[in-house]
Amino acid sequence: MDTDDHDITVSVNGVCYQRRVESRMLLSDFLRHDLALAGTHVGCEHGVCGACTVLLDGQPVRSCLMLAVQAETHEISTIEGLTDKDGAYHPLQQAMHDHHGLQCGYCTPGILMTMTAFLAENLSPSEDEVREALSGNLCRCTGYQNIVDAVLAAAKRMRG
Amino acid sequence: MKPAPFKYIAATSLEHALSLKAEYGDDAKFLAGGQSLMPTMNFRLAQPAILIDLNRIESLGGIRPGDAGGARIGALTRYRTLERDSGFAQMFPLIAEALPHIAHPQIRNRGTIGGNLSHADPASELPAITLALRARFHLQTAKQKRQVEASDFFLGALTTDLQPDEMLVEVELPLSKPRTGSCFMEVARRRGDFAIVGIAAMMTLGDQDECTHIRLTFCGVGETPIDASSAADSLIGSVPTEEAICDVAASVQAIIDPGGSVHATADYQRHVAGVLTERALQTALQRVRDGH
Repeated sequence: MDTDDHDITVSVNGVCYQRRVESRMLLSDFLRHDLALAGTHVGCEHGVCGACTVLLDGQPVRSCLMLAVQAETHEISTIEGLTDKDGAYHPLQQAMHDHHGLQCGYCTPGILMTMTAFLAENLSPSEDEVREALSGNLCRCTGYQNIVDAVLAAAKRMRG
Repeated sequence: MKPAPFKYIAATSLEHALSLKAEYGDDAKFLAGGQSLMPTMNFRLAQPAILIDLNRIESLGGIRPGDAGGARIGALTRYRTLERDSGFAQMFPLIAEALPHIAHPQIRNRGTIGGNLSHADPASELPAITLALRARFHLQTAKQKRQVEASDFFLGALTTDLQPDEMLVEVELPLSKPRTGSCFMEVARRRGDFAIVGIAAMMTLGDQDECTHIRLTFCGVGETPIDASSAADSLIGSVPTEEAICDVAASVQAIIDPGGSVHATADYQRHVAGVLTERALQTALQRVRDGH
């Protein structure tokens, strides 16, 4: 059977890519294999773990539950785009480092994408709001406490 | 963990999508938010030959005023849109209260109302809520339109009245009567999981604080969302007391027939349903009295 291929144009971290993809190619696999942006991690591949979270037009979504072909004309942001141009950490990355917010690090890119989008909308979150926003990202190492601490610290720093 | 091959077509209009469905029937699936369909495709539990992507049909999304003061929600409206609409939350506090229980923020950013209802997972919150609200579903094929009440739409687990060439295009929510209090509650293993038991309760009081209407529906306790409103018949016509509400809870436990699972036995589900009935009715009652 001939494969069902489509030409797509996608913007990832502000860079425009034109590729030919098979329709069944998941966005997560497209980012990792076709664009070599392997910072987006793949965990459960059915929308439960949150490791593959990326931003679609600024909103966090599961990249394992989207087809690459659906990203046509949309803006995708991944963990690779989180540092600023001279490589300085985003305040949340720095806070995760300072507060020991990661151990094995597998869930970290998804958590950073989810929580940076969350902080962009709410710079003065309560701890409960942080935990609610984190609820779609599984971490099996930290017990979440240090991640929550890091997000609250980053929010404080970003408030200035 | 990769979908089987399929042919992908991005529909450009509702008419286009419906004509494709008319052509391909059960071989084709509509792709809306993908938050239920994509996992089943990744597991290859679903292997549609054709995928008709609806995401570019802007007219399918959004909230419009209904004919009699309620609202009409386009099938492609995402949970997040409802969550961010304070006017909608005021109009339908039952839905606003349930939204945070529906999966996680990332899922709610993509998941759609029409996709959820067409998928018809009996443990899902929205089917039970549309049943409580007496929603009307607008279905359409390339040739005709029809309307189905929520009570007639859900036929079984993952099974609805939708025909192979049909799409759920809009959900019509009637406005609640004045002096109606509502409450949504659920018990799940973790935040965002499907409910072991979930309840949607609505209580309307008359001028003398007597109960005039009750809606009581459940998710997670049967093959479809369950309407157990008849369990509250005894409350109608009198001022609800704590004791009378306890009797309703017992009556709910007698009516429902939960299936049980590895996570919760049927007895446990029945017990939780009783507890939630008491709490939800008390809360709804308090809310009417407090005027919200």
